[in-house]
Parts: sequence; C-alpha cells; structure tokens
Amino acid sequence: MSDEHTETGTGWPQPAGPARPGGPAGEPDPRPEAPDPDELSPLSPQGRPEDDDAPPAEPIEDPPAATGAEPVAGAARWRPFSSAAVMIGVLLVLLGFTLAVQLKTTSSDSSLSAARQEDLVRILYDLEAREMRLRQDITSLEESQRQLRSGEQGRQAALEEATRRADELGILAGTLPARGPGLAVRFQAGTKSISASRVLDAVQELRGAGAEAMQISGGDRASVRIVASTFFLDGENGSLIVDGRRLTGPFTITVIGEPATMRTALNIPGGVVAQVAGDGGNVIVEDREVAEVSALHVPSTLEHARPVA
Amino acid sequence: MIAVVALLAGVGLGLWLDPTVPAALQPYLPIAVVAALDAVFGGVRAKLDRIFDDKQFVVSFISNVLVAALIVYLGDQLGVGGQLSTGVVVVLGVRIFGNVAAIRRHLFRA
Repeated sequence: MSDEHTETGTGWPQPAGPARPGGPAGEPDPRPEAPDPDELSPLSPQGRPEDDDAPPAEPIEDPPAATGAEPVAGAARWRPFSSAAVMIGVLLVLLGFTLAVQLKTTSSDSSLSAARQEDLVRILYDLEAREMRLRQDITSLEESQRQLRSGEQGRQAALEEATRRADELGILAGTLPARGPGLAVRFQAGTKSISASRVLDAVQELRGAGAEAMQISGGDRASVRIVASTFFLDGENGSLIVDGRRLTGPFTITVIGEPATMRTALNIPGGVVAQVAGDGGNVIVEDREVAEVSALHVPSTLEHARPVA
Repeated sequence: MIAVVALLAGVGLGLWLDPTVPAALQPYLPIAVVAALDAVFGGVRAKLDRIFDDKQFVVSFISNVLVAALIVYLGDQLGVGGQLSTGVVVVLGVRIFGNVAAIRRHLFRA
C-alpha cells in the first residue's frame, strides 16, 4: 500500500475511492491494527472527496510503520530530530537551493537560452528581416560605389586624353618644349649671306617632310621657335629677323621628325642644299638621336575667334 | 519550523553561492522544482490534516522529483520533451492548486 500510495507521485488511484479498501486488504492487517481505520477513515473520506478531485496530500497509511510508537500525536515526532526530520530538512534545503538557483538563472539569464521558443522564433524573424534590409543597403551602396568608380574612371580617362591632346597641341603650337629624334641643319654662309627665302624654303621642305617641332638659333645661341605664324625677314649684315627677333649667322635649325625623310627632302636636286651650295654656302645636316626643341612661342591672345562649342 | 528554516537556508545558500546550472540539467531542474513544490504543498496539507508522516513525505518528495525528471528525460529522448514537460507542469500545477485549496480551507475555513 505504502509504495503505491505516495500520493504525490502517483496519487491518482486514491481519489477514486476504491483504493481505500485495497490498502487494508493487502498489508495492514498484520501490522498495527488500529491506526489505519482510526485515523484515516475519519479524515480522508471527509476531506478528500468533497474538496476536489485533487490527489490527496499525504496519505496516512504508513505512519505507524515509520515511527511506530504513537500514531496519534504527530507533533510529538517533531521534537527529537529524528532521522526523517533531518532528511526532510535536507530535502527542503535542497529544494530552496535549487529554487533560488533556478529563479536566478531564469531571471538573470539575459541570453537567449532562457527565452521561450516563440520569442526565439520572433527574434530570429526580426533578425532575418534586418539582415535582408542590410543586405539591400549593401547592394545599393555597392551599386552607387560602382557608378562613382566608373564615373571617376571615365573622368580620369577623359583627363588623360585631354592632357595628351593638350601636350600634342602645345608642341605643335610651340608652347611646350619637345625632344625626340631629328636633325640639326646648319647653314654656313659663303660669299653671299643666307637669305630669308632660303631659310623659309628649308622650313617648308622640313614641314613637308613631316617635321613636328622646329626652332632656329643664331650664332649667339638665341633661339626662336618656328610655328605656323613664324615669319622670316632679311636683316642687315647677313642677319635674319625671325618673328621680330634678330639672329646672326650661322643659323641652325633643330627639327624633330623622321630624320631620313627630312634629310632626303633637303637633299633633293634643286632643293635647299643645292640652292645654298649654288650661293656658295654650305648646309650641314646632322642626325640627332635626341634633338631638343626648347625655345617657346608665346601664343597671342585670341580676341575675336571663339571655339565652336 | 525546521522545514521553514531549512527552506530559507536553502534559498539563502542558493542566492549566496550563485552556482550556474549545468547545461545537461537545465531542462530538468525547473520540472524537478515544481514536483518538489507539489510534494511540499502536499506535506503542508497533510500536516494540517494531522496525517503528516515523515517517511512518506521523504519518499514522496524524492519519487516526485525523480519521476518528473524521468518523464521529461523520456520525452526528450522521444522528441516530445517540450510537450511532455508542459504536461507534467500542468498536472503538477493542478495538484498544487488542489493542495493549496485544501490548505486554504483549513486556514480560513472557506
């Protein structure tokens, strides 16, 4: 009876009522006679059935076996700390301990391990939504970054192209110094001084042969850049006026371009070299691996002409 | 008296030592606590009914805790741990309610 009845554990059978008879029938007979009927029957039948269907708390059958002596006086058993009382104390200490620990764990555990499943699902859902939003942000930001980068690259390329063109145009216009393979053409005057028309012929030949940059220097190292608008005039005493500057002989034209082509152009029969030679002068054409055209032409400010947009 | 003192001492110890619950015990501890609470309320009711018995209380206390933990463990093994522990809590809760109702009638005659 006792084992089955630990009502807390398996209290079910008892409330049903029939359990009652079963108990006495099984064991109690040989044991203490009175206690069961005396104590229990009055109490349990009254209280239990009416109260609730609830399983009865501590059924009574065993008491005699436990302490044997006085079934009637329950309070008396408390006084001397019997082993059962000590046991109860230990159990209750344990209960209080675990209760406190559990409460503390549950309340103080801010981590997710203490959260309920629905909460976890909701949190997960929120996180996923947030992740998706952030991912979209990343995508759009990457997109704009890409656009900016390509725009910057385009600007860079345009800038490089513009710079290159500006350099080319600067060389052609004579506003930038230049260097490259070319010729040095020296005019040595004979009996007649070198006339401006000879020099102009030479310049035209060189241009026709693909000269890209030219300058003319006189005996005193003064140099003038030869551009499209450069003019040549005969000066006094065999000197030459180039773009308003006076140069004295011997003149040297430094030109950048394809050396062989220009040399051929100068040496054609009846060409510059032949004419100067006819005047008794001499033209010395030297190849230069690196010809320096360092004189600059100051461009005139445009007053009327405007670029067409 | 001794019970109340022991309970308070246990709570104090738990608060003072502040141990962490091992992960393996985490699912079972709450159930065990509820089962033990059921046993305690049953004991109080029995006490008021003047049918309290030491041995019975001890046995019921221990078996309650063990059975509750065992049920949850079984549930975990079967893959229905959550539902089963809910069921155990419901059953124990009903029992506690019943015991408390009986105690209340004893104390307040109502």
